Amino acid sequence: MLEGIFVDGLIFSIMVLGVLISYRILDFADLTCDGSFATGAAIATMSIVNGLGIPLALILAFVGGAIAGFITATIHNRLKVPGLLAGILTMTMLYSINIRILGNRANVTLLGKTTLFNTIPKWIPSLNSSIVLLIGTLIIVFAVKSIVDIFFRTDLGIGIGALGSNEQMVVSLGMDPKILKVIGIGFSNALIALSGGLLAQYQGFADANLGQGMVVQGLAAIMIGEFLFDSNRISLITLRVIFGAIIYKGLMFLGRYYGYYIHLTPSDLKLLTGILVIVSLIIAQTRSAASTADARKKALKRNKERRSALLDHKEDGNAEN
Amino acid sequence: MLKIEQVSKVFYPGTVNEKTALEDINLHVNEGDIITVVGSNGSGKSTLFNLISGTYPVTGGTLVLDGKDVTNAPEYKRAFTIGRIFQDPTKGTAAKMSIEDNMITAYRKGMRGLTISLNNEMRDFFADELKQLSMGLELRLKDNVGLLSGGQRQALTLLMTVISKPKMLLLDEHTAALDPRNAQIVMELTMKFIKDYKLTALMVTHNMQHAIDFGNRLLMMDEGKIILDLDREHKRELTVAKLVQMFKEIKQKEYDNDETLLAP
Repeated sequence: MLEGIFVDGLIFSIMVLGVLISYRILDFADLTCDGSFATGAAIATMSIVNGLGIPLALILAFVGGAIAGFITATIHNRLKVPGLLAGILTMTMLYSINIRILGNRANVTLLGKTTLFNTIPKWIPSLNSSIVLLIGTLIIVFAVKSIVDIFFRTDLGIGIGALGSNEQMVVSLGMDPKILKVIGIGFSNALIALSGGLLAQYQGFADANLGQGMVVQGLAAIMIGEFLFDSNRISLITLRVIFGAIIYKGLMFLGRYYGYYIHLTPSDLKLLTGILVIVSLIIAQTRSAASTADARKKALKRNKERRSALLDHKEDGNAEN
Repeated sequence: MLKIEQVSKVFYPGTVNEKTALEDINLHVNEGDIITVVGSNGSGKSTLFNLISGTYPVTGGTLVLDGKDVTNAPEYKRAFTIGRIFQDPTKGTAAKMSIEDNMITAYRKGMRGLTISLNNEMRDFFADELKQLSMGLELRLKDNVGLLSGGQRQALTLLMTVISKPKMLLLDEHTAALDPRNAQIVMELTMKFIKDYKLTALMVTHNMQHAIDFGNRLLMMDEGKIILDLDREHKRELTVAKLVQMFKEIKQKEYDNDETLLAP
């Protein structure tokens, strides 16, 4: 049971890494995510159902997500509409496309098919299957995390980071922000779709509605992670995203299993997630207000001490005279 | 270096808000020129800079930069020749990134690939460069730029612009937002870098004394036109009082002309 939360959280964390790239690194409010997550799930599922094999299924899911991201970024670049609207447009269109991919069905099952998650336990048959599953998922997630870390330390990755912080600077330094956005949003959605492709295999089916509310869940996980520790190093930022994702899934698990005692139903979880984000925002705000107030108080105190020290000094001087 | 011919800029053409910001500007900037630009608010200095760097397209005329016609080139392409520094110290650096990340972005100007250029050799090079600023920034390579003061950020922006190896600097009142001491430091660094790297520069300033003290040429702008262009010889004998006097005389002449025009 406990491994289940970890595996679920780890798969989810790849999606959150995608949300991190668009929302935190690029500062681009991208809602494509809600559609591209299901796209990844649909592509991976149909690839496996049609016997293309697991590796190709995941690669195709990744590429499908990247294309969804390219479309959003291109709508934003060419038509000069806000990123939010561009994302909503792509997300809406993807809903129809996802059902097409699934062969005009709202969901397709992987029952009886070989998926990544019923293959992994066979790697080390002597060990408990759920432990092996957890280790296998950990390896996959850390491989993805390393790719993200390395990407954001390359010249291109640093350029994308700079774009999120200061667009004018990027232009002044000879980079085309449009191309950087296409690459950044493409990579973000590729990770999101990859996560969708993994989740479909883990839960054994793909659903056209799988992506609903994913953005908010991703943001909640990022914010939980940000409470853990503060850093500007990409490797630590991605690490805290993974922790945040697992903690979020843990909280949702508690809500599902023990919420019963306070008459919570699974449909209340979206409300809880939204409240979680709002509470996180309030805490972050009060925290920064408190640290500013603290700094102000300290500055006043320092000034007062300096003044009184100066006064003492003068009085000493007068006394001597 | 830069040839501006018959350049004009009209904002909101064809609407009630139509405004001519620049009218038939002609300007030839020679290589190695250091030109100071003065003029009141709304005289078109910033618009001129925005047209040169490509923030806005021109309404008419041509721009030739370093022998190439750049009239329709996008801003990011012109940036290879032009290094621009704004009045606002936050515009030239990325606050959410470390000093070393900011510097590598500047050093590897342009679209880049998937190579990792930021290594220890690069860090040593950056530390050496930062020492020139004498602000202790060489010890804070991993700190976020957001933690620096306005003066430090502007000095860093200047250094980043210089190591990105432009041929021409556009300085848009780049010391105006700083306190007098920091303004002095940044100004001295600017002149040092221009000399060391043999740059051509255009500098907008509201400080008349700076306009007179620095550079080899002075332009005065008013209502979208260059009304005064003084070379080194004429600039040498200039004082603030004389400059103001000249401005008044030119304006007076215009008023006189208008009066004759309107006279019955």
